[in-house]
Formats: sequence, structure tokens, C-alpha cells
Amino acid sequence: MLHIKTPKSMRAKRALEKRAPKLVEYGKKTLILHGTKTSNVLNSVLTEIYHLKKDNAVKYSRRNDNIRPFESGGETSLEFYSLKTDCSLFVFGSHSKKRPDNLVIGRTYDHHIYDLVEVGVENFKSMASYSYDKKIAPLIGSKPFFAFIGEGFENVEELKHLKEVLLDLFRGQVVKNLNLAGLDRVFVCTAVSSKKVLFTHCALRLKKSGTIVPRMELVEVGPSMDLVVRRHRVPDESLKKEAMKIAPELIKKKEKNVSKDAIVGKIGKIYVPDQEVGNASLPYKPKGVKRERREAKAAKGEDNSNKHAEKKLRKQQDDDVSA
Amino acid sequence: MAEQQEGYQIDLGNLTAFDPQHQFQSIPDKREDLVKECITHATKLIQAVADSLFSLPSTEDASGPIVPLPQPTTKLPREKPLPKPAPPTKWEVFAKKKGIQNRKKDKLVFDEQTSSWKRRYGYDRVNDDNDVPIIEAKMTDEPGVDPFATRRSEKKQRVEKQEKNRLYNLKEAAKVGALPSHVQLAATALPITGTQAAPRKVSKDELQNVAGMAGTSTASGGKFDKKLAGEKPPKHDKKYRKFLPVVEGSGMGSLEKQQTDKILNKLMAKNSHEIFNVSKAVDMYNVKSDKKRRNQQGKSSAMSSKLKVKKSPYKNASKGSSKKGGSSSKGKSGSSSKGKSK
Repeated sequence: MLHIKTPKSMRAKRALEKRAPKLVEYGKKTLILHGTKTSNVLNSVLTEIYHLKKDNAVKYSRRNDNIRPFESGGETSLEFYSLKTDCSLFVFGSHSKKRPDNLVIGRTYDHHIYDLVEVGVENFKSMASYSYDKKIAPLIGSKPFFAFIGEGFENVEELKHLKEVLLDLFRGQVVKNLNLAGLDRVFVCTAVSSKKVLFTHCALRLKKSGTIVPRMELVEVGPSMDLVVRRHRVPDESLKKEAMKIAPELIKKKEKNVSKDAIVGKIGKIYVPDQEVGNASLPYKPKGVKRERREAKAAKGEDNSNKHAEKKLRKQQDDDVSA
Repeated sequence: MAEQQEGYQIDLGNLTAFDPQHQFQSIPDKREDLVKECITHATKLIQAVADSLFSLPSTEDASGPIVPLPQPTTKLPREKPLPKPAPPTKWEVFAKKKGIQNRKKDKLVFDEQTSSWKRRYGYDRVNDDNDVPIIEAKMTDEPGVDPFATRRSEKKQRVEKQEKNRLYNLKEAAKVGALPSHVQLAATALPITGTQAAPRKVSKDELQNVAGMAGTSTASGGKFDKKLAGEKPPKHDKKYRKFLPVVEGSGMGSLEKQQTDKILNKLMAKNSHEIFNVSKAVDMYNVKSDKKRRNQQGKSSAMSSKLKVKKSPYKNASKGSSKKGGSSSKGKSGSSSKGKSK
């Protein structure tokens, strides 16, 4: 007999339904943690990333000795944490002599490691070191702009991967409607060389211009660092295919025979099949054609017509009498 | 989404602008200049995105103009597998066949007997089976049969049938892999994840590592594990031990003799002052007596023990120095007294 576990309270049920896979995904949560040894720079990097993503991030403060993302056995702890906190993105910081100021940014699919990118942080400048007018400081949770500059992002494999991961990490929720008044931050990533990416966070200032579109002005506010790509692991082909699947219900079906015209509007084409008027068969047989009638007529002929005339006379007489 | 003349790739759904054609002819030496250059270039890109963004049809709202964003063009992977559509339950199949529509039921139903509005289910409900005081006997009833008992058994049967149907429906759903999110089959003690995704292909070295780890964690250290054809023996399968040469040549300097000498020295106590550490013994004795005193005082007065404990280290320091001469005898007496007290 299979034993079935169901939650005993509505609260537990709601929590489980929140973590269940959905047709359209809401937003990825990030887990920020660090390994055996961290440096000052790395500590501030991790806290700043956490502040940037305060809404949907979880930061662990203890050190985790047994996490080695690139080794075969060292991922189990990460996967367990990802399962417990329901986070599908993680940022793992560690510091060693061979890899100083190391950040491993990774994604999970179904709480198993999907892909990893290892970057080293150089020239880090924290948010506190920038002085700016506090009114333009970006709010937590606002949807950011992204600017990727450099041909490296298209040609170099690792940079392409890093671009995708950075986009995934910082973009926030996918929204259908956007409030234009709430745009206030930009992430600028420049591929300086084939291995180095300059990453900085700026606040947006919308200035009045003649047209509806305001003039953009960028003011550097946030952390800025140089990311040096060290290692990366691409996802498995079959896993990638599965992860990129879109539900068949969501794919818009093309309406056939409908087209849009600029002047008239929506135009539809109706195809009418050829009506064969000559060969069409009537659902009934016309009275005169029926064989019995023809034969009866031929047989009785005049009697029929007399009978009809008599009937008419009798009816008229009855009417006269009654009236 | 559209490519401008400058060649930017704009993804409006993600508010992203990508310039794949920009090349850094010469990287400025100073980082500030580099950053400034990047920011000016980024401003151009963002302006291009904003142009297309503000040209979308907007609806006015209290907080600002709201614009419907298109779908993002850069595809990013999902975090969880797609949910599978659940197979229809037994009742749903039947209802569809018969054309039964699902009608919403009211919470309160009018009860004829008491002429009041009662709940449809729950406490004090309409047509409660337990409430009927009298059941009239019918002609078909056999004498000696308890009608109340039959009612109870019928209800029980109904409930069991329903439970059987529920389990059947869950099993059907589990077969497809579409269990509802709040249900967990405890036979599989796995966490609630979707499909079992294919694990990534591991390399030969990684597999060997993991196999070695698994082997050494067994009780026999992986020595008697059955090996597959073609599997290499573990990397370090011998014990970590160094054996001295059997024949002692004069050149080697009789290593075996040295080894045995060392052991002998340790055992036979050639240098007696190395064996018995006097100061350490004194410290240990002092600590033990402190603890004893503290426990005794603690039992008598809990409050004052704190002050008394602080005083005692100074007392013992003087005592300890005097004790150093006749330490061995004291140690013996201390141990004997301890034995007696126990």
C-alpha cells in the first residue's frame, strides 16, 4: 500500500503550492553564500549583491567547507540548500591563493546544477564610495536596464555564457506591464578584452527633452568591479533542451486567412467553395415529377377534375345555407 | 527587438541593449577614463531602448504611464520543469460522458424539519445521518436487523469507496508524473521535484574519484569490492607503511637498531626527568583540588561561591611552589585520598 503524505494545514499546503513548478514562472530567487575562506573584498561584494537583490535573495553567513561547485561530489550541499530555500540561482564566494576573490555564479534546474560561471573580482568599488544625490538612488525591486557593450559578448563562449547568467541574475521578474515612472537603474557590462568584463551599476536620471522620450542620464552609484572569467561549465545539451521548453499552450497559434492592413485594418479572407447549381439535387421531388401522380392522372384523368368541381359547388351551397 | 541602424540588438522584454560591434581600439590607461567611456556609450544604448519603449501605447495610471511590454527575445532557462497536465479523474470522465455540469452549491440549505437554514456540511448540518431518532420499519425489513447499524455500515462503505477512488486517481496521476503539488508519495522518499532530469555526463577521472571515495568509506576500505571488467585497481590500495631493509648493510647505519633503541628509551626511562613532568603534575593536582573545593562550596552557598572561587588561585600559587619539592609523595597521597573519598 502506498502511503500518501498530504499537508495537514492550509498554510503548509499554500507553501507547497508556492514551490510547485508552474506554467509561467514568477521570478528566480538567489542564494548567496561563501566557502572556507573569504577576503574583505569578497565579503563586501557578496553583501552588495545581496542589497541589490534584497527582495528575492537569501544570504547565508556561515562558511561552507564542503562546497566545491566544480567538483563531482562538492555540489550536493548546494543542491540541498537550493531545495530548502527554493532558490535557483546562487552566488558562491571563496578566496584562495590560486583563485583570489573568486565568485561562482550558478543556476539550477530542478534543484540540480544546470551551469556555472567562475569569475574573479578585481578593482572593486563599493556603493559607499560613490557620492551622489540621494534622490536618484534606485529603489529595491525596480526593473533594470541592461547595456552590453563589446564584440566579446558575441564571439567568446565564456563571455556569452556570462552575459546570459548576468542577465538572469539581475533582471528581476518578467512583467507584462511596466510603469515608466519607475525606471531608475542600469547595469552596464563592457567586454574590455576576451576575458575581462567591466561591470557597473548606474542610476538613471530622466531629463526633459523636446519629445515624449526623455533624455537619459547615467550616474554611477552602485558597485563597480572587473570580472575576469576563469572557468565555466555549460549545461548538458539534453538538459538545456528540456529547460528551454515553453508550454505548448503558450505558443501563439497563427490565425489563418487574417491579415492586417494599415489603411483598412483587419482583413480576413473567406474561401467559398464552388456551388454547382446545375448538378444540385433537391431534397424533395417536385409534385409533377412523382411517378404515381403521373400514372394516376393518366388513368383517371377527367374524373378527377369533375370531382374537384363538384366538391367546390357543394362547399359553396353549404356556406350559403349557413349564412 | 528591432535592429537599429547603429546595429544595436534591443530586447524590449528584458530592457536590454547589446552592441556587438563595438571595439575598444585602445584601452585607456586610467580606469576612470575607461569607465567614463563605457558610461557614455551605455547612455547611447539606453537612449535607443528608451526610444522604442516610450513609443509603445501607454495607459495613464495614478503612479505613472503604464506600458505593455512585449515578450523578451533572449530565452532564459526555466528553473523547474514544465508541469504535466493531470489525467482526468474517474468522476471527470463520467461527468463528461454524461454531460453533467458542475454547479456551485450554497453553503446554507433550508432544513424542512426545523424550518431553519442549516449548513450543508459540518457541525449542525442538514440531513445529518446521526440525528434521526426513529426509523420506521418497512415490509422488506427482516426482524432482528438493526437499521441504525445498517445505516452506519452503508456510510462506511461509501467512505471506503471514495477513498479507493481517490487513491486510484492519485496513482493514475503519479503514473503520468503529474501528481498535485501538495501530495507526496512516501514510498519514494525523494524531495518534491519534477521529472528526474538526466544527470550530466561525468568524465572518467571524476567517476574514478567518486568510486574511490565510495570504496574507502566502506568497512573493509574497498579492498573486497567486486570490480567490473576493465576497472582499474584503486590508486593507493596499499597501506601507508614503510618497511626497513631486511639485510642491514654497514652503509645504512643499522636503521632497525636505531628504531628499537628509540622505543626502548621511551619505555625504560633512561632520563627520568623527561618522563615525569613535575610542574604539569602540580598544575593538575591544583586544578583538581580547586574543582573539589568549588563543588563543596557551591553546595553550601551558591551566592558566595563566586567570590571564593576568585580568591583561590592566589592561595594555590603559594601552595604550589612549596609543594614542588615533595611533589611525588603529595601526588600519591592526593590520589590515595581521592580513592578513599570515592
